[in-house]
Amino acid sequence: TEVCGAKRVGYFGPAQFYIALKLIAAAQSGFPVRIESIKNELPLPRFTALKNDSEVRYGTPAELHGVKFQVPHATLEKISYKRTDEGDKQEPESPLMSPICSPPASPSTYQRIPLSYGYGKSRSGLEQQHGAPYEVRHSTHQQDGPLSGNYGAKPALACSTVNRSLSVEREQQDSSAHYSDDPWRITEEQRDYYINQFRSLQPDLKSFISGSVAKNFFTKSKLPIPELSHIWELSDVDCDGALTLPEFCAAFHLVVARKNGYQLPETLPETLLPEYLQAASLKPMHDCALFDSYSESLPGGQQTRDFSRTEVRRSEEVPDKPAMLQDGKKDDKQALTVSTALKTIPKEFQHLTVKTAAQESNVLKARPRSRSYSSTSIEDAMKKGEEPPTPPPRPQKSHSRASSLDLNKIFQQNTQAVRSGWLPPPPPALPPRPSVSQTEQPSEVELHPQMNRVPSQAEENSSAKKEVVLAQPPSKPARRKLRTEAQGLETPELSPTINVTSSVPAVKPHLPVQKQSSKQKRAIQTAIRKNKEANAVLARLNSELQQQLKEVHKERIALETQLEQLRPVTVL
Amino acid sequence: SEPVSFVLPPQNYPLYIRSIPTENELKFHYTVHTSLDVVDEKISAMGKALVDQRELYLGLLYPTEDYKVYGYVTNSKVKFVMVVDSSNTALRDNEIRSMFRKLHNSYTDIMCNPFYNPGDRIQSRAFDNMVNSMMMQVC
Repeated sequence: TEVCGAKRVGYFGPAQFYIALKLIAAAQSGFPVRIESIKNELPLPRFTALKNDSEVRYGTPAELHGVKFQVPHATLEKISYKRTDEGDKQEPESPLMSPICSPPASPSTYQRIPLSYGYGKSRSGLEQQHGAPYEVRHSTHQQDGPLSGNYGAKPALACSTVNRSLSVEREQQDSSAHYSDDPWRITEEQRDYYINQFRSLQPDLKSFISGSVAKNFFTKSKLPIPELSHIWELSDVDCDGALTLPEFCAAFHLVVARKNGYQLPETLPETLLPEYLQAASLKPMHDCALFDSYSESLPGGQQTRDFSRTEVRRSEEVPDKPAMLQDGKKDDKQALTVSTALKTIPKEFQHLTVKTAAQESNVLKARPRSRSYSSTSIEDAMKKGEEPPTPPPRPQKSHSRASSLDLNKIFQQNTQAVRSGWLPPPPPALPPRPSVSQTEQPSEVELHPQMNRVPSQAEENSSAKKEVVLAQPPSKPARRKLRTEAQGLETPELSPTINVTSSVPAVKPHLPVQKQSSKQKRAIQTAIRKNKEANAVLARLNSELQQQLKEVHKERIALETQLEQLRPVTVL
Repeated sequence: SEPVSFVLPPQNYPLYIRSIPTENELKFHYTVHTSLDVVDEKISAMGKALVDQRELYLGLLYPTEDYKVYGYVTNSKVKFVMVVDSSNTALRDNEIRSMFRKLHNSYTDIMCNPFYNPGDRIQSRAFDNMVNSMMMQVC
C-alpha cells in the first residue's frame, strides 16, 4: 500500500487500486515491489470479468460481510509474507494476499469474498485494483509463504476491502492503467458517497461541518487520533475549524485511504484541494445506495427529504433573500440548505451563487473563508430586481397621503375650472385656493367620480388617483380639516368663485373631453403638490427648531443662574 | 548552538520543543524553565489586559554569555520561548518578532483542529514543518 499509496497520495482511488493490484502481481511474480515494476507487462489478471458497476460494488456488502469470516487466517500469513516482501506493511497487500491464499481452485470464491466485504465507495475502487493483482498473483504464484500473522484484525479488515476490490471490476484494470495514476483522486462514486455523508451531517451542502461534528464522525472510523488530527490538518485548508464540502470530501478520502492502508501524505495532494474538488463537483450526483460503515442515516432518504425541503424552500428563499442576509453562520447555513438544489448541479450552483453572493454581501464575520464560488452577478441582479420595486410604492403612498387633499382639490378644481371655462390660474399658488374653495362645495361623492375621471387622462392622473383613492379614507378627516382651514383662509377670496364652483359639478361630463387643459392641470397639480409638501416640511422643521430654541434658552437661563451663584464667590 | 523553540501552556510544561541541532536539549530545558520566571514577571508587570502585538512579544528575556532568550505570550497565556545563539548577531528584533508571529499563527491553526485538545503535546506535522523551516532560516 505504501508504494502505491505513496505514489498516489490519497485514498484508494481506482487508479491506486489498480496500482496496488499490479504491485501485488509484481510481488507475486517475484518482481521487486516498486512502481516501476508495474510498468512492465504483467500477466493480466485471470479474474472472471466482473462488472464494473458501482452498484455491484455497493450492492454486495452483505455478502462481503458474510464471506469475510471465511477468509482464512492463512491468508493473513501470506499477507505478512508479502509484506516482508515489500518491506512494508501494506494493508492492501494483505487483503490481496488473502484471496490469493485461498484455495486456488476457487477463483470464483475470491470474487465472492471481495464482494462480500462491505465498505465504502473507495473500497470498491480498491477492490478493483486489488482484484487484478490477486488474479495475477494467483495465476503466477501459489505462495504459501511463511506467515507471521502479525496482522491480526487489521489485515482482516484490509482483506475485506481487498476482497471486495477483487470482486470488483477486473475489467477496469486495464482501463485503470490508463486512468490517471492517482490514488488521491476522488472518483465519481466516491464523491457521491462523500456528499451523501456530508449531507447526513449537514443538510446544507454549501455550508460547513463544524469541527466537533466532524470529529465525532471521523472518530467512528476508528483511526488513531493523531492520524485523524493529521488528516484534519491536511484537509482543512483554510484552518477555520470547519469543513466545507470539498474539504470534507478530501478528509473523508484521506480517512478511507488510511483505512485501506495508504500512508497519509505530508501535504494535501492536488486532487484533494478544495478548489480542485469544487471544480470537479460540477457533476450530478448519483443516487447510489451506499452502505456506510460510518453514518447511520440513509443517504437516499435524506436526499429525498432534502429535495423536498429544498424545493419547497427554494421558492420561498428567493423572495426572502434580502431578509435573509444577516445573521450568523448558522442562519446562513440554514438559508443555504434552503437554497441548495440537489437535483441539478446547475441549479445548485445558481442558488449557490445566489446564496454565496448573499452571504458575501452580508459580510459575515463568521465566515472565515471566502468561498470560491462563481460570480455574484446573479445575486446582484436579483438584489437589484428586488430593491427597486420596494422603494417606489412607498413614496407614492406618502406622497398620496401628504397630498391627497391637494390632489383631490386640484383635480376637482382643475376639471371644474376647465368645465366652467375658467382661465387656468397662472401661478400654482392661486389654484389651490380656489380649488380649496371649490372642494368645499362638491360633496365627497363628487370628488370620487372626478378623481376617477382624471386618472383616465394620464399616468400621473392615474397615480394620483390611486394615491387619492388610497388616501381618501384616511385622508377624509384630514381633508375636512384642510377644508375647514382652507375655508377659513379662503372664504373671503373664494366667495366669488364659490358660485362658479357650484355650477361646476353640473359640467362634469365635459371633463374628459378637454385633454390639453388636463395636461396643464396636471402640471399645475404637481407643482402645487410639491409646494405643499415643501411647505409641510418647512413647517415641521420650523416647529422643531422652535423647540430647540426653547430648550437652548432654558439651558442658557440655567447656566446664567449658576454663574450668578458663583459670582459672589469669585468676586471675593 | 542553534535556535530552540519551546511552546508552553499556562501550566508551564512544554507542549513542544524543537531545537536545531537536537543535542543539549536538557540544557535548553533548564534555560527555558529559568526564563519562565522572567516571563511571568513581565506578564504580571503588564497589568492591563491589552491585546496588542507588542504586549504579546516580551522581547529579550535575558541574555547570557552563550545565548539570548526571547519570549512571547499569547492571550491565553501560552508562552513561546526561543533560545538563540548569542553569536548569531544577524538576528534582529524584527525577525524574532516575525518568528513569534509565525509560531502564533501556526499554533492557532493547530487549535482549529478538533482533534487537538489543548494541553496535548503538539504533534502536528504542519507545525513541525513550519518551525523547522523557520529555524533553518536562522541557522
